[in-house]
Parts: sequence; C-alpha cells; structure tokens
Amino acid sequence: MQYALQLAGVLAIGALETVKIAVMALAISLPVGLIVGAGRYSRTRYFRWPAAAFVETFRNIPVLVSIMWFFFAFPMLVPFEISAYAAAVLALSLNTSAFFAEIFRAGIQSISPGQWDGARALGMSYRDQMRRIILPQAIRRMVPAFTNRWIELCKLTALASTISYQELMYTTKMIANAYYNPVEMYSVCGLIYLAIIYPMVRATYRLERRAAKETA
Amino acid sequence: MPEAIRAEKLFKSFGDQQVLAGIDLSVEVGETVVVLGASGSGKSTLLRCMNFLELPTGGRIYLHGNLVGTPLGNQADAKMKYAEPNLQRVRAKVGMVFQHFNLFPHMSVLHNIMEGQVTVLRRSRAQAESRARELLAKVGLADKADSYPANLSGGQQQRTAIARALAMDPEVMLFDEVTSALDPELVGEVLRVMRALREEGMTMIIVTHELGFAYHAADRIVFMDAGRVYEEGHPHDILIAPKRERTRQFLEGHNQFRLPEAGPLVASEQT
Amino acid sequence: MDYSWNFDIISRSWDLLLLGLANSVYLTAASFVLGLPLGLALALARLSRRKALSGLAGWYVDFFRATPSLVQLYWFYFALPQILNVQIEPGTAALLTLTLLSSAFVAEIFRGGIASLDKGQWDGARAIGMSYAQAMRRVILPQAIKRMIPIFLERAIELFKTSTIASVISFPELLFAAQDLAARSYRSLEVYSVVALIFMVTLISLSQITRRLELRLARSGETTTS
Ligand SMILES: Nc1ncnc2c1ncn2[C@@H]1O[C@H](COP(=O)(O)OP(=O)(O)O)[C@@H](O)[C@H]1O
Ligand SMILES: [Mg+2]
Repeated sequence: MQYALQLAGVLAIGALETVKIAVMALAISLPVGLIVGAGRYSRTRYFRWPAAAFVETFRNIPVLVSIMWFFFAFPMLVPFEISAYAAAVLALSLNTSAFFAEIFRAGIQSISPGQWDGARALGMSYRDQMRRIILPQAIRRMVPAFTNRWIELCKLTALASTISYQELMYTTKMIANAYYNPVEMYSVCGLIYLAIIYPMVRATYRLERRAAKETA
Repeated sequence: MPEAIRAEKLFKSFGDQQVLAGIDLSVEVGETVVVLGASGSGKSTLLRCMNFLELPTGGRIYLHGNLVGTPLGNQADAKMKYAEPNLQRVRAKVGMVFQHFNLFPHMSVLHNIMEGQVTVLRRSRAQAESRARELLAKVGLADKADSYPANLSGGQQQRTAIARALAMDPEVMLFDEVTSALDPELVGEVLRVMRALREEGMTMIIVTHELGFAYHAADRIVFMDAGRVYEEGHPHDILIAPKRERTRQFLEGHNQFRLPEAGPLVASEQT
Repeated sequence: MDYSWNFDIISRSWDLLLLGLANSVYLTAASFVLGLPLGLALALARLSRRKALSGLAGWYVDFFRATPSLVQLYWFYFALPQILNVQIEPGTAALLTLTLLSSAFVAEIFRGGIASLDKGQWDGARAIGMSYAQAMRRVILPQAIKRMIPIFLERAIELFKTSTIASVISFPELLFAAQDLAARSYRSLEVYSVVALIFMVTLISLSQITRRLELRLARSGETTTS
C-alpha cells in the first residue's frame, strides 16, 4: 500500500513536469507562431522569406531529431550548457511555432476577400482592417486547429524522456526497469496521459462541430 | 451643378489584360448615373477604381475638382503616385455597396454601422450609435439593430450595408450590382432605399441589371463595352432608342424590360 | 566559439546513413500500407448504424489521439511480451505501433471523405438498385479515395516523422544510425545536423509531390465530383 502511494507520488511529479514542458512550449509557440505567421503574410519579402524558411525547416524536421540536435549538437556551437529541459522546450516550441504559423496564415487566408473590401471601402487603415475585421474572424476559425496542435504538443512532450528529462514517460521507464513491472507501469502511464489529454480531444470535437456550424 | 467625381482617361490592367481602356466619366453633385454593360465589360473594375479599391494603371480621378494622388512629372499623361493614407481619406468619402454585402459577420447590425464611424472618423461611440440608429430607421431596420448579419434576409443585409456606407457621410455612393444576389421578392426593398437616396440628392453611380429601375431612377445611363464608354445619354434615349449596335444587343438580351408604352413597368420595382 | 567542422565521419559512413534512411522508409511505408485496410474497416465500423460497433471504433481512434506514440511503443515492446510470454523484436514492436497509429488516422480520413460526398451520390446509386455494399464499393469509395489521396500523403509524412521513435528501442532507422555514429565519432554536431538535413529534404520533397498531386487532382476536377 505504502509502495503504491509512493509510486503515485513519483508519477504525479512526473506528470507535473510533463505539464510544465507543454505549457512552457505553448507560451513560447503562441507569440512566435503569430509573428512568423504574420511574416508569411507580409508584403515585403524580407519578412516573407525568412518566415517561410522557418516554417519549412521546423515543420519538416522530426521533433525527436531536433531534440537530439539541441541536446547533443547545439552545445558545441554555444558557450553555455543546454539542459535537457531547455533542449526539449526549444525543440517542441520551434516545431509547434511552425505549425501555429501555418494555422494562422491559413486562417487569415480563409477570410473572404469581400471582408477586406468591406473594411477598405470604409477607409480603414491596414492595421484597423486586420485588427478589427480580419483577425477577430480568423482567430475564431483557427481555434480548433490550435487545440489540435496543442494536443499534439502534449503528446510530443514524452520525447523529452529520450534525453533523460524526468517527466512522466521517463519516470515510468525508470520504475518499470527498477521493479521489472512493465505491464503495470506502461499501462498506468498510458492511462494517465489518456486522463489528461482525452478531455481535450473531446473539447476539440465540440469546437470543430461549432466551427462547422458557423461557417455553414 | 458642380462636379462631384470625375474619371479622366482611366486605364486599368490586370497583368496583360486591359480591363479599362480610357474611361471618361464625370458625375455632377446630386446626379444618379446608372452604368450598364455585359458581364466582363469592366463595370466593377470602374467602380473599384473610383474609390481606389484597385489602383488605376493610368488616368486621373478628381473628387470635387481635386486630383487624387500626385503626378510623377509634368506631362498630362504622367504616372500617378498614390499614398495610402490619402487613399483612405478618399475611400471614406466615397461609399461603396457590394453585390455580396460584405457585412462583418462578427458584429451586430448596429456595430457594423458604427465601425467605420468610430475607427475611421473617430466619432464618439455615443455619436456613432445615434447616427447608426437614425440610418437604421431610414432603411427600415430599426428593430434589427442587435441582430447579426447571418440572421437577416439578403434584402435586410443589403440595406444594412447601405446604412453602413451612409454612416460615413459620403459625398458619392457607388453601388455594384447590389440586387444581383437577392431573391427576386427582396429586390424591391433595396431599390426603394436607393430611390429615396436619389430624392434626397445623393450623388450615385449604380451598376445594375434592373433596367426598369434604371429607366426611372437614372439621370443618365452609361453603357460600357470592353472597358470603354460605348454609348451614354438620357435613360429614354439609351433604353428605348439606342443608337449603337452593342447597346441594342444588350437590351435585347434583357427581355424582362418592357417599354413604358407596353404597360406597367417591371414587377421587381413595385414591392 | 570557433568550432572546427569536420565532415569526415559523414563521408566515411554515408552508407550507414543511407541504410538508416532505407529502414525509415520501409517502416513508414509498411505501417502505412498495413494501416490502410485496417483504417477502412474502422471507418466502416464508425459509420455503421450499430451503436456498439461505431462506439468501439470511435474509442479506438480517440485512444490513439490521446496517448503519446512513445508510450504505445514501450507498451508493445516491454509490456506485451510479458503478457504473451514471447519475444518481440524492435522492428515488430515499431511496425505494430505505427500500423495501429496509422489505422486510427486513416480511419478518420476515410470517414471524413465518405461523409463529405454529396447525398445525391448515394441516392443515384440506390435509384439504380444498388445495395449499400455495392454503392459503397462502386460509387462512393472510388470518388472518396481520389479526394483523400493528398490527405493520405500528408498523413504518411507525419508517420515518417513519428517513425523516428523506433530509435529508442534500437531499431536501426535513420535517427538511430545517427546516434550510433555520433557516439562513436564524437562528431555529434556534424552528424545530427546532416541527419536533420536529410529528414528535411526528404520530407519537403514528399510535401512537394503531395502539393503537385493536389493541384493535378483539382485541375482534372476529380476532387469535386459532387
Ligand atoms: N482582381 C482581378 N484580377 C484579374 N482580373 C480581374 C480582376 N478583377 C477583374 N478582372 C477581370 O476584368 C474583367 C472585367 O471584370 P469586371 O470589372 O468585374 O466586369 P463586370 O463587373 O463588368 O462584369 C474580367 O475579365 C475579369 O476577369
Ligand atoms: Mg461586376
């Protein structure tokens, strides 16, 4: 019994670390994704090209590869240590930012040209058109895609275990190795992830249904 | 009457395709000009150039005698340079109503009409609201202030769009086939609003296929073909006794228009 | 920092990396192909009028949406052998994980594709006396599949990225080859950078093919049959 309680405690700490990485990466990805997405939509190529390069790069390098790169390769280039936490958060943030940028761009492009016309015909500045007319509509449409990506991000945090960051996956593996009880540990671990993520999956279904109704 | 807006040798190309090929059109204050022409003849492009939703590739536009933009050189046909803030001021003075309304779906009817007043004209919200309510009453939608566009009929949406443009106190109003997307039974309510505007002395350029409306509401009809003014004149002259071939062909294609002598005018205009 | 780059290890061991890439491609392709019939079966179950069947299929899909692939992989590699009391090779565990994952995603695509078809297509098929199965096989699926091809390819690209997790149980795909090489040569910067580049080039090429196919399908009108 005491053993079970201890286990639960250790797993809870691991789960908390998992949430910590996910939230941190989200906090970075949202602004970066928006800026890069806006850059892809910019009229000057000095913003457009770097933004496109950013998106293509980080969308097409598997997250596990970029975790390895930031943990094992990047430190050779910079004069400071990179912790497992930093490497994981960096890799996850860059990947998620790239996807967010695409969602953002697609969201803006999905707004019909007539909306720009309507705003422009009133004499609005580009900034006002974007801020008052386009963004409020686009963001509403982007919400389901954003939450889908957030769910992906939560799942991808498990990859941090490969560089020994002690989140839920890593903790599970350590216990399973030590006590030789992989069936119990990996099953419980799966259930914990399920408990955290499943409600979000249901929520996205609701959001998608609502979005479908709004655009219909 | 003084001139409200004038296009002079207006050209517009999209890539290689020349859509406007030297249009001259002058509209007096209080005048209603109806523009007719086959699909693709450049009517929308003309209106969009007149409030600079599209930049003309050649020619000049004058608003109350003032040239919009700065010529790059002294020759009469020098290219024009347009500064965006300047164009924004012009657009605020030239109202436009679109075929597909282009209302802002995330705002209530009232807020649609307040939006330009607040963000562009910098009116206070209270001022903007009272003006919006006044206009809503005028277009017969006083009870719809808090509805959202999606919950209105097409005719109601279009009347909202007209109110939204009027809220800017424009000097000229442009209407681009504003009844073409409407169910036939809703056309009348929109045309009536436009008739009322004419009575009040609003300066208007109207692209439409409602020939009955054109006959009664226009001071002048301009027939466009291939990006040029092909024939223009008094509604009776153009619609009943067109002089040129293309105009005649066009009118033959619109057989819903019956001559006044033949009996009551098109149904769509009553109710 | 002036790090002196040295790509000797790459030029000496490119055959290892190539083998790794081949294994990555094999793993992705095999699990994707195996996932197709499984996904179709799941989609049909999901669209079935029998509540229990469609509910079960729904749960299956949700399960894969809501748990990390890495947990699934570990479960198949470490837990399943204990339950079945058999040995499971890394390649088998990885193939099993990715196939099931792929089937869940493919199921959603099939379902969406079938559901998006105009009701008129069903009516048309029924009107000439086809049964449900005939209508599905001869009218609905052929149209739905054409529309779904680009989405399938997108999914395959995601699967390719996910296949890198096989490295954690020492399946010799490209990332594992890189880890191996980096550990032996102490040239992790060069090795990981080159491998990242290989992944990027491969995946961007795949996306380009997808995009071109999408355009071609759109042009030939095959994506808008309804
Ligand atoms: N933004 C644009 N880009 C390219 N071609 C355009 C654009 N807008 C209009 N055109 C072309 O210009 C021609 C005239 O269009 P338009 O002014 O809409 O005619 P109308 O309103 O008389 O039907 C058409 O051939 C159309 O395809
Ligand atoms: Mg037009």
